[in-house]
Amino acid sequence: MAEVTYRDAIKDALREEMLRDERVFIMGEEVGVWGGSYAVTQGMLKEFGDTRIKDTPISEGIIIGAGIGAAMGGLRPVCELMTINFGLLASDMIINHAAKLHYMFAGQMKVPLVVRAVGGGGRQLAATHSQSLESLFAYVPGLKVVMPATPYDAKGLLKAAIRDDDPVLFIEHSLLYPIKGEVPDGDYTVPIGVSDVKREGSDVTIISYSRMVHVALEAADKLEGEGISAEVLDLRSLRPLDMDPIIRSFMKTNHAVMLEEDWRTYGIGAEVACQVYEQAFGYLDAPIVRCAGVEVPMPYAKNLEAMAIPTVGDVVRAAKELVQ
Amino acid sequence: MNLSKDRLIEMYRQMVLIRKFEDRASGFYREGKIGGFLHLYIGEEAVGVGAIAALEPQDYIVTHYRDHGHAIARGLDPNRLMAELLGRSTGVSQGKGGSMHLADVSKGFWGGYGIVGGHIALATGLALSSQYLEEDRITTCFYGEGSTNIGYFHEALNLAALWKLPILHICENNLYGMGTSVERASAVASMAEKACAYNIPAVRVDGMDVLKMYEATQQAADHVRSGKGPYFVEAMCYRFPGHSMGDPERYRAKEEVERYRLRDPILAFGKRLEADGVLDEGQLEEIDHAMSQMIEDVARFADESPVPTAEALYEHVYASPNGRH
Repeated sequence: MAEVTYRDAIKDALREEMLRDERVFIMGEEVGVWGGSYAVTQGMLKEFGDTRIKDTPISEGIIIGAGIGAAMGGLRPVCELMTINFGLLASDMIINHAAKLHYMFAGQMKVPLVVRAVGGGGRQLAATHSQSLESLFAYVPGLKVVMPATPYDAKGLLKAAIRDDDPVLFIEHSLLYPIKGEVPDGDYTVPIGVSDVKREGSDVTIISYSRMVHVALEAADKLEGEGISAEVLDLRSLRPLDMDPIIRSFMKTNHAVMLEEDWRTYGIGAEVACQVYEQAFGYLDAPIVRCAGVEVPMPYAKNLEAMAIPTVGDVVRAAKELVQ
Repeated sequence: MNLSKDRLIEMYRQMVLIRKFEDRASGFYREGKIGGFLHLYIGEEAVGVGAIAALEPQDYIVTHYRDHGHAIARGLDPNRLMAELLGRSTGVSQGKGGSMHLADVSKGFWGGYGIVGGHIALATGLALSSQYLEEDRITTCFYGEGSTNIGYFHEALNLAALWKLPILHICENNLYGMGTSVERASAVASMAEKACAYNIPAVRVDGMDVLKMYEATQQAADHVRSGKGPYFVEAMCYRFPGHSMGDPERYRAKEEVERYRLRDPILAFGKRLEADGVLDEGQLEEIDHAMSQMIEDVARFADESPVPTAEALYEHVYASPNGRH
């Protein structure tokens, strides 16, 4: 076991998969000479050459479109979109094409494509560069959407995504790149579509994913000091969504806080809460509380941005009100 | 021209077969047996048949939603094509794709696509896969002139030229994008000029003449296959029926359609074969008759085929299902 950053865990996954399988290659904006907008692919151009590390023009439609076509033709492309916001320019490719081809042609073609993108806010990038658009994509059958919170999950899920025969959207969070966590030596994968208990507890279940998992864990520490035992659940995959561990936890705690950075209305939490109501209504002691992004376009000013993203304080307050 | 007598006859047979297939499909549509949209290739047969005849069996083909003609020219089973139009389990896409989404990957026919221009991006990726894997294979992508006003077209041409991808673009300029004439939709009258903007060699061809299509495609394909990068063929053509079934055709004069019908590519090719002594009048009629018979069988096969089972609804959402969806 070594302490590795989230950034290096992703890079290690890419490198190891490229060494393992010659069909894996990387294509996207600034992945080569620049070394990746978030420095994930630094040094990889030198190691693998420009056939396998392809800098592209700023053309999101063709980056994903050519990625899909290359995947149809037998390759395993990892396309980097810089941020999920730019994914909107490729959303026709992702939603109308990648998600549909296997079904529409009755299994004749597969699209083993990974799309890497950064989501979320917190770096003062304002309205068009700070969005959490995961629910748009998680809504679509045919796609898989994963959002790892830890270096361990990031590496294991990315390897699973690259080996998967379906299109997988792998959404990273820019504030997570420097965080460190234990990653085992050697090859492993984290299965897509399996939620994870990140901390055990008995009074309240906090359900989250991506960076908000860390907010949840910090809140759980604070709550412990106040005599409240919080269980922290990490969805890891948004589609397929694994509700079993959440339902199990909820049956034990009878209280749940849904913590998410995306907008509350039609957000991921709306679906999770609905499924809890459908599957465990009898275990409900109080309505599920949602801590979510404030429903405004993300403002630039530091103080305003901070107000738009859920905080540890919000979660602690919500959990205390719920339990007491 | 390096075409044997047999190949010339085969091309003629394909054109007649496409025409009769489309006529029968139109009949099924009017009977209510085909749903959704139905876009016929009548009038444009020379483009698909001439171009595809010039390709190699290992080559890839990607096309737009007016795809029946290309599929037949590539040798897909007409029975299974018609069954797809009728939404039957014996269809090439097992009834899940319909008229706009015909594919047979075993024949390198990667499908018709319904989003205008979107498939140009996919075709670019298929060509990239061949380049990456160092295969002796080119990808040919068909699309209408209407697609040249979409961003994908420009992104795809730019990337193909930049990376010297083995892709052959065949733009079917039938003068109308649905009901909007090319001069009302494109600031540039020649689609070939648009390709030149990306340093892609381009040629404009009479797409009503199957032999000219064959020749131009062969030259273009040679260029692409030799590793010199993409090539662009603009095929000037005309669709005789409306854009899709039920098109009121307010955007063009009947006289214009009649004028083009006089240049019917099948009649023209038949006359040419007769003049060249390849086929006589009786043999041309025999082919016509044989294709009519074949379409009778095709129609029967499709009509008698079962609809998909209820289980098929959930099949093929994922290639590797893990967890629950």
